[in-house]
Amino acid sequence: MHTEIHIDKDVCIGAGQCALAAPRVFTQDDDGYSTVLPGREDAGDDPMLREAARACPVGAITVS
Amino acid sequence: MTELTAATDLTEPVAFPQDRTCPYHPPTGYDPLRAARPLTRVTLYDGRTAWLVTGHAAARALLADQRLSTDRTHPDFPVTTERFAAVRDRKIALLGENDPKHRTQRRMMIPGFTVKRATALRPGIQRIVDDLLDAMIAQGPTADLVPAFALPVPSMVICALLGVPYADHEFFEAQSRRLLRGPRAEDSQDARDQLDEYLGELIDRKQRDPGEGLLDDLVREQLNEGTLDRTELISFAVILLVAGHETTANMISLGTFTLLRHPERLAELRDDPGLLPDAVEELMRSLSIVDGLVRLATEDIELDGTTIRAGEGVLFSTAVINRDEAVYTAPDTLDWHRPNRHHVSFGFGIHQCLGQNLARAELEIALHSLFDRLPTLRLAVPAEEIPFKPGDTIQGMLELPVTW
Repeated sequence: MHTEIHIDKDVCIGAGQCALAAPRVFTQDDDGYSTVLPGREDAGDDPMLREAARACPVGAITVS
Repeated sequence: MTELTAATDLTEPVAFPQDRTCPYHPPTGYDPLRAARPLTRVTLYDGRTAWLVTGHAAARALLADQRLSTDRTHPDFPVTTERFAAVRDRKIALLGENDPKHRTQRRMMIPGFTVKRATALRPGIQRIVDDLLDAMIAQGPTADLVPAFALPVPSMVICALLGVPYADHEFFEAQSRRLLRGPRAEDSQDARDQLDEYLGELIDRKQRDPGEGLLDDLVREQLNEGTLDRTELISFAVILLVAGHETTANMISLGTFTLLRHPERLAELRDDPGLLPDAVEELMRSLSIVDGLVRLATEDIELDGTTIRAGEGVLFSTAVINRDEAVYTAPDTLDWHRPNRHHVSFGFGIHQCLGQNLARAELEIALHSLFDRLPTLRLAVPAEEIPFKPGDTIQGMLELPVTW
């Protein structure tokens, strides 16, 4: 199944909840913003992906 | 249904906040609130009424709703004690600002508080914890865990991170305590004055003679560049210093007390230290030490058929929200194996705790090392005799006499 992860960096507050919930998919860049780990853009197989989106306090992550 | 209706239609709204009956459970006086989800009316100390959010889904929706303001200088902003009313005109950086100003401020701070940064700080935190335990063990057995361990761990960590001299800890810990707990309104006012003055002088010194901490970075990158003024930087320093040690200190003291009162859970944790991150999360959920987030509605907001009107106060009981049966099975039970993420102990929305990743690292290291070094740790006096904090401030133990 193909999934697409979108991070709205204008909304991201750098809380790091995504990186904590799904560390194999998300990390934080040097400015603290959420970013998808290289090569993990199509991470639909990670069971924690949707959990990470739900953990975001500002709804910056959408998974489609 | 009748019970729910009865609770929601209480003619006499419940008073908020109230003192806890047991330090690790919400006050029994909140029982009617637990039957009145997702929101109900409460009475504040000054007789004013406000909304209290008690449901988990409603809390997540409303804490993320920017029609709720955190600007406490607004005359309609609800206050929960007289001493907070006395300092309402003092700006609080980050937490006291709404977007877009809040966003600008937060963005200056986030590189210092990422998950990666918290991980990098772990060896330094471990050294601080080990040294404090060495000193406590050398002087024991018997110690008051609050001044010997629970308070100095986060105090030393935040000093190192910010670049505040730990030698001044007795001063700023005492002023933080007065700011948050008074007891008189004048105590809180005077404490804020003293913290502003102390941190202002520290910032001036850093301008002349820069050092290594986060405050030094802010002086160099923001103050000297004109993107922050001195008053604003002082209010940054106050909130980072106070929030950085008061909250975690209370989690360590109350977390330790709670573990000692739940020997089966403690034994489980000893047998499998891999459970530690989940245990810390569950303690965060269950203890809800910052039980009373405060907002002001700036527009009418509809929620489940109820209208919150512009100008009305909206409070959040994190303790009641974190025990919503719709989300957590047997919510009053400590369970390291439950899905315990999504608690609101760090808040939610744009103001969610900046230091949460640092707090998690400190709690994991402090609790693990304490019980690892002192396997026979126990309370030195009967549990009922140990005083804990009143309901109108951050929850935690006032003392924690232990022996081993």
